[in-house]
Amino acid sequence: MATPSYKDITVNGFWKNNPAIVQLLGLCPLLAVTASVVNALGLGLATILVLLCSNTAVSLIRNLVSDAVRLPAFVMIIAAAVTVTELLMQAYTYELYQILGIFLPLITTNCVILGRADAFASKNPLLPSMTDGLMMGLGFTAVLLLLGAMRELLGTGAIFADMDLLFGPSAATWKIVLVEGYHDFLLAILPPGAFIFCGLIIALKNRIDSGIKARRDALREKPIKGAKRVRVTGTIS
Amino acid sequence: MLAGSIKSNAILLGAFALATTMLIAGTHLGTKDRIYEQQRAAEQRALLEIVPQTLHNNSMLDDQVQINDPAAMLRLREDGKAYRARQDGAPVAAIIPAIAPDGYSGEIELLIGINTDGTVSGVRVLSHRETPGLGDKVDIKKSDWITGFNGRSLLNPLPEQWKVIKDGGVFDQFTGATITPRAVTLTVFRALQYYQQSAEAIWAATAEQNTEEGSSNGDAQL
Repeated sequence: MATPSYKDITVNGFWKNNPAIVQLLGLCPLLAVTASVVNALGLGLATILVLLCSNTAVSLIRNLVSDAVRLPAFVMIIAAAVTVTELLMQAYTYELYQILGIFLPLITTNCVILGRADAFASKNPLLPSMTDGLMMGLGFTAVLLLLGAMRELLGTGAIFADMDLLFGPSAATWKIVLVEGYHDFLLAILPPGAFIFCGLIIALKNRIDSGIKARRDALREKPIKGAKRVRVTGTIS
Repeated sequence: MLAGSIKSNAILLGAFALATTMLIAGTHLGTKDRIYEQQRAAEQRALLEIVPQTLHNNSMLDDQVQINDPAAMLRLREDGKAYRARQDGAPVAAIIPAIAPDGYSGEIELLIGINTDGTVSGVRVLSHRETPGLGDKVDIKKSDWITGFNGRSLLNPLPEQWKVIKDGGVFDQFTGATITPRAVTLTVFRALQYYQQSAEAIWAATAEQNTEEGSSNGDAQL
């Protein structure tokens, strides 16, 4: 398999093969922690870090491990990366660590990570693998953030609350209240809201994709068709 | 051939296990002091919200006593600890844990600070699973309802009025949620009764050694 270009890797991670809304991997944490932007960002950053570490390590050892034991070896790498991330978050962002709770260790079971390790990093050199990890992580985080922002906004009428959990005390003032005296919209905060909004995001992406496709087809096919018709009519004699 | 591949795979996996374990152990050693500090700081912050620093000058975390509650008035599942606040050695307030077993969805864990004169210095919810937007207003992050207990005592209001307004008491309920405030109010009331009975025992007990506290850090959910 030829190594894809960095541009392809980036497009894949963010759009064409986005882990969250195309591959639909890692939905459990995606839906569970996106009630607010700060939670979404916290889990997103942790996932990026783990993806980057695991893809790097897997790529480095890809010629060392035989096919028979590659999965246990990958899982061990991923579990180690998650544990280290968890310890670091506990040390530096303790309150966020408490909020994310069980979803941090559960990153281990996020299929995105094993999926990328097996499908990409185990077959590609170091730098493309790192890029893939980073881009897949960023793509996942982008969806987390979008969902978090939509749900926080609709659910509480404000956005960027409690950002100081992640960025230190100076971020405590980042909260923007858009509607004063907003009555919490429960559906957006509770898990059903996560499903609905995730569905909307997927629908929007598909809509944009089909729009792009239609436009591209319209641009491409006309001249060919026209040429053919000219030839057909022209050669009949 | 087969035995050979099993052997080499086993050695490989073993090497992996060793390397990853060393990585985790290294990180653990590097972060454990900081994590301990962070846990302590978080506990400390929670306690200081209940009894502010201006009112006392000891370290409440280092002045804990085992709670003796044979009648299970506090509804604790396991042995709880009370924290004591002092000003120059003189008792100021005690912070005792209590559980409201009858929340809308399960238990609500509370910390209740009680001044030596029997008034409430502060109440905080440690953990709950109440409905977001309705029952979760007992959490100080969502609403300041919980500060309505400040300054109250067993005489203010009188015991038959230690209820939510709907039940003929003096404490507000929230729109759409009565069960949660009712459970919290009752628990604060019971904690005050408990303190009245056991204040002497709480203040007479000797503080536990800090080494013990370190090992029993499982209750560090503060």
